[in-house]
Amino acid sequence: MEGMEAAAGLERRRTGRARRLLTEQLRNIAPFATLLFLVAFFGFASPSFLSLGNLQNVLQQISVTGIMAVGLTFVILCAEIDLSVAAIANVAGVVIAFFTLQDSSVNIQNLPLPGGLAILLGFAATVALGEINAVATTVIGIPSFITTLAMLQIGAGICAVLVRGQIAYAVPPLIMTLGSGSIGPVPWIAVMAGLVMLVAHLVLTYTRFGRYVYMVGGNREAAEYSGVNVKRIVRAVMVISAVCAGFSGMLGVAHFGSAQQNEFDNYLLDSISAVVVGGTSLFGGSGGIGNTILGLLVLGVLNNGLDHVAIDSFMKILIRGLILLAALIINVYAQRLHGREPSGA
Amino acid sequence: MPESLLELRGVSKNFGGVAALHEVDFDLKASEIHGLVGENGAGKSTLMRIIAGVHTAYEGHMLLAGRPVSFRSARDAREAGIGMVHQELSVVPTLTVAENVFLGSQPLTRLGTIDWARMQSEAARHLASLGIDADPAALLGSLPLGLQQLIELARVLFSGARIIILDEPTSALSPPEIERLFSLLRRLCAAGRSIIFISHFLDDILAISDSVTVFRNGRHVATEAVGRIDKAWLIENMIGRDHDDLAQSYVKPIMLASQPDAPVLLEARELGHAGSFRNVSLEVRAGEVLGIYGFLGSGQLELARSLFGKMRAERGTVRIGGRRVRLGTTSRARRAGLAFVPESRRSMLFAHEPVYKNVSISILQHIARVLLRPAAERAIAEARIKELDIRPPRCTLPLGALSGGNQQKVALAKWLTRKPKVLILSEPTRGMDVGAKEDVVRIVRRLRDEGIGIVVVSTEPETVLSLADRILVMKKGVIAREFASEAVGKNELLAAA
Repeated sequence: MEGMEAAAGLERRRTGRARRLLTEQLRNIAPFATLLFLVAFFGFASPSFLSLGNLQNVLQQISVTGIMAVGLTFVILCAEIDLSVAAIANVAGVVIAFFTLQDSSVNIQNLPLPGGLAILLGFAATVALGEINAVATTVIGIPSFITTLAMLQIGAGICAVLVRGQIAYAVPPLIMTLGSGSIGPVPWIAVMAGLVMLVAHLVLTYTRFGRYVYMVGGNREAAEYSGVNVKRIVRAVMVISAVCAGFSGMLGVAHFGSAQQNEFDNYLLDSISAVVVGGTSLFGGSGGIGNTILGLLVLGVLNNGLDHVAIDSFMKILIRGLILLAALIINVYAQRLHGREPSGA
Repeated sequence: MPESLLELRGVSKNFGGVAALHEVDFDLKASEIHGLVGENGAGKSTLMRIIAGVHTAYEGHMLLAGRPVSFRSARDAREAGIGMVHQELSVVPTLTVAENVFLGSQPLTRLGTIDWARMQSEAARHLASLGIDADPAALLGSLPLGLQQLIELARVLFSGARIIILDEPTSALSPPEIERLFSLLRRLCAAGRSIIFISHFLDDILAISDSVTVFRNGRHVATEAVGRIDKAWLIENMIGRDHDDLAQSYVKPIMLASQPDAPVLLEARELGHAGSFRNVSLEVRAGEVLGIYGFLGSGQLELARSLFGKMRAERGTVRIGGRRVRLGTTSRARRAGLAFVPESRRSMLFAHEPVYKNVSISILQHIARVLLRPAAERAIAEARIKELDIRPPRCTLPLGALSGGNQQKVALAKWLTRKPKVLILSEPTRGMDVGAKEDVVRIVRRLRDEGIGIVVVSTEPETVLSLADRILVMKKGVIAREFASEAVGKNELLAAA
């Protein structure tokens, strides 16, 4: 019995290791290969694609999505979802504009405050909305999919009430610089996105909280039976997601130069796509910021590159949809391979 | 000697180079109940999956009524008249009894809609002919587990199965339910059906089977008519060596060594949870193993979960070390000094994470304030691996690469770095082979001797008898009897439950 078990263990280990390498890496290889392919393709197809100026463009274009996607990465790693990120981003952008002195031509009854206070209120709003998501999900027990769907509507409603169909242009100077300024050739917004990603990566990889996020996503029941306060972790990731979304919204408003309703509607799909295309498991527990960056680059290069090769803009939407579908298929397939690993009978 | 209905000749099956079955022969005669026994990993399940068309790639031949067959799918096997009732039932609790009986083959009206009236009446007739007393219109989930199992059996029969494989059918049943199942099986058998009965419960095997086949290490060891063998013979053939304390049947009473003077670590008063248990008061003393025994559904598993805060007890109080605690969450229970290993490994472990992360998760709070210390985690895991003799002894291996028994040890290892005051073990030896069971017994005894209070909750009398110093028997949600400082055996336990 022992002998056989040992032999079985050895064998399992050997085949397990080879297969594990493949399955683990499938998540990472697929988006990386896609990225290389896209870069090579657009590089050949368009001379203007591989230029420094265009690299700047790509970085700027993915920065707003990137910050939002970082928060979502936490949520998806926990096997939850946040559909309200774009709406919360919009709220944060509108709130800081609301508390900033606008040009007299802007017909919004706003409340000018010092810039720092406006930013603080913007963050306070995101934390509050994130907390509502968190409490509804963990305490009341509404699935996050539904909770945040409601929050999507609430966020849109808050924006509508604050700007009333108008467009505000001014935001606090600090946000203006971070959103649209640059240091040398590097746009500030890309630096900010990089910083947020770095911090998030360190938190996920090197802190106890990060470990809990992965463990809760990997097997929630086991985490609970190990005495982990699962609800607190889920609550934290919902708030982190809202705060990241809020930050991206503030910078986004400065970047686009305006704050208005429905400004970020496209960003919900983009940020979820980035996380999933990058290879973070939709079922939680595996993936990370590295994957999200890969996904962002794939989507960024794709969006930007399609502009360079003069494709019908309607076609562009279809192509993005197909890429997302392919990524989802790989994601689920990778999960299935992963799940089929020997579990010791 | 009657003709064999089902013959397997020289069947071998490998999983990744490991032989699960080695040149196995197996014969099932018409109208017989054939018991199949063997330790875990002996190859019983693999053989049954081959017969039921789940495993399609194997060496050797299968003959059904003398004709060679080779199933390409479970559906093929079903159509050939082979049906299987799994230990984990595949019934749908939210559908009615009739719908479950007809699952997948509902009678249709001429318009193609479901003919509810016919379904209802045919289900009623079918159940009555089997002597199963259940209202076809009742929701299946509202019925006791034993009855649900009979409904699943009815469905398999209804689909036309001539050969029925039953996997551990009695593990969740009370004695009267077992009796009802057995009388049904005997009638089926008399009506010409053949039954393969797989079980760990040797008494049940001996009570119902006409003949018994023993498997060991993927090989066919022996087949005998039941009249010529006894339990000792079965155990001898299953284990292949002189059976030890654990394998003893506990028919003879053992003396409980209760410790009435040790300080009380855990005290529960009047705990209750609607539908699971009520009015439960108990004490766990330092250095004692309190066994809680009852049939499945008697409330003891829920009681254990409530003590650890996984379920919230609706009534009652809990004191730990004399201090009143409110248990609502597992993290609070852990901080109060409780530890829990649930009955299912999957709900305790992270299969894709390395062993060391599995071990450290429950003490991460103490070894990592903010930043993780992987080196410290690995050192702790190494120590536990050594302490519990976990194999292979590599803490970076993904947990899923370990065998079941070793995974169980990892589940236990989680709680041994910072010793809890009270350790609650739910079904600690379920599904283990004899060697692994011995390891668990040794570990539990050692922890007890270190002064930890231990609660062992189980539906298997052998488990409780092999570990406990004092035994509570639960029956339908209440504590029916306490055994302390007295002689007790399986008969006494069963009689009290």
